[in-house]
Amino acid sequence: MDERKFKKMNRRELLKVAPVLALGAFAIPRLREPLLEKGLAFSDWASGKLFRPGHLAPTFTETDLTPFAKFPINGYDVDDPGVIFENWSLTVTGAVQKPGDYKLSQIQALPRTRQNTRHICVEGWDVIGRFGGTRLSEFLKMVGADPTARFVTLQCADDYYESLDMATAMHPQTLLCYEMYDQPLTREHGAPVRLTVPTKIGYKQAKYLTDLKVTHVLERVGYWEDQGYSWFYGL
Amino acid sequence: MQAEVIEVESAKTGESVQAVYEHSWPVRVSHWLNAVALFVLVGSGLQIFRAFPSFGAKIPQKDLLNWPKAFAIGGWLGGALQWHLTFMWIYIATGLFYLGYEAFSRNYRQVLVVPDDVRGIWPMARHYFFFGPKPPATEVYNPLQKLAYTSVLGLGVLSVLTGLAVWKPVQFSWLAWLMGGFHLARLWHFLVMWGIVFFLLGHLVMVVVHGWNNFRSMLTGWKKDPEYTPR
Repeated sequence: MDERKFKKMNRRELLKVAPVLALGAFAIPRLREPLLEKGLAFSDWASGKLFRPGHLAPTFTETDLTPFAKFPINGYDVDDPGVIFENWSLTVTGAVQKPGDYKLSQIQALPRTRQNTRHICVEGWDVIGRFGGTRLSEFLKMVGADPTARFVTLQCADDYYESLDMATAMHPQTLLCYEMYDQPLTREHGAPVRLTVPTKIGYKQAKYLTDLKVTHVLERVGYWEDQGYSWFYGL
Repeated sequence: MQAEVIEVESAKTGESVQAVYEHSWPVRVSHWLNAVALFVLVGSGLQIFRAFPSFGAKIPQKDLLNWPKAFAIGGWLGGALQWHLTFMWIYIATGLFYLGYEAFSRNYRQVLVVPDDVRGIWPMARHYFFFGPKPPATEVYNPLQKLAYTSVLGLGVLSVLTGLAVWKPVQFSWLAWLMGGFHLARLWHFLVMWGIVFFLLGHLVMVVVHGWNNFRSMLTGWKKDPEYTPR
């Protein structure tokens, strides 16, 4: 083969590698954002597929617990939004048979679950805490939530908001948590009631809950999700 | 292994040299996809690490190192996670495509280190690091090269497994358990990344040392006048 023909063949072979250049789309600012949104959405879709409703997050013994004093307090705004406990109630709306304001005593009248589970922050740190409360599934049953509804949206006293897919909301370890380390929840940890979801990342564990809405469509996603974080973020 | 070999005649002198087809297109495409994916994954991974640059407790937090933002991708934690969670799919898909191709084409015999290579590793290392005599080349990759490529393929698989344990420590709790729990899985993921970066540094030095003719074979597949006798 003469040299020119060899060079031509090399150019043809080079073209076969050209599809790699499609990744260059990520270098174009106008395309980058929608592409990364698609990537994140695909990850969330895969997370949803990988989620197993009956699979429990690992639980730990008392000796594994992070001491309460070393359990980080992470709020997006204030550590204490000044909830007046005497007036507090959880306002339930949406696709439920019994909407209304539910008092803490009504939540506490449901069976109590206590569990030592790992809390993982999106930043990368993790702690093992002891959480006590009512299974969200029990509460949803009490308020007569529509079993075909797909989402639970939560509003917090500090304007934080979050949402869960129904499968996660019904998971046996998902709690309306009113106790940590066998003591009533403290203000900075989200008193009087917060969410504990050991199958999800830390920012899904909303604190100082005030409103709960059961819906068929996702109306509000979540505070951090609206900044660009993953919505499902199942662990 | 049977390689495709042709004779190329120079237009000027009429002299002819051998040219050998070293890398078929699936290997080349995988290589470059993987190169881009690794670049993004390491860069965004380091930005994610910046959010909690420690492997200890959160309280009190002792930082391991303050990685400069200029050498990270994504700008902030959320942005870096978007890059990481997007390119991990490209990385995994490329890896599966490559491994499938290697198995199907039996090209792995060119890449993987085998017991017969063990004797040749030290002479090659002596040549590179201590200016020893250059052992004669007998195939596409020398024994040290095969050892490096085999190792980095193993690290590639480990990077995915440790990453899965960090991303899904509940659904893949067995994987996290194998690694000593979520906390340690995060450390392994970090260390595997440095293992790959260490390989890349050596890899890039070798690319520069061996020049264009060698580099071109990863673009077009063909290497002119190879240093070994193609079989």
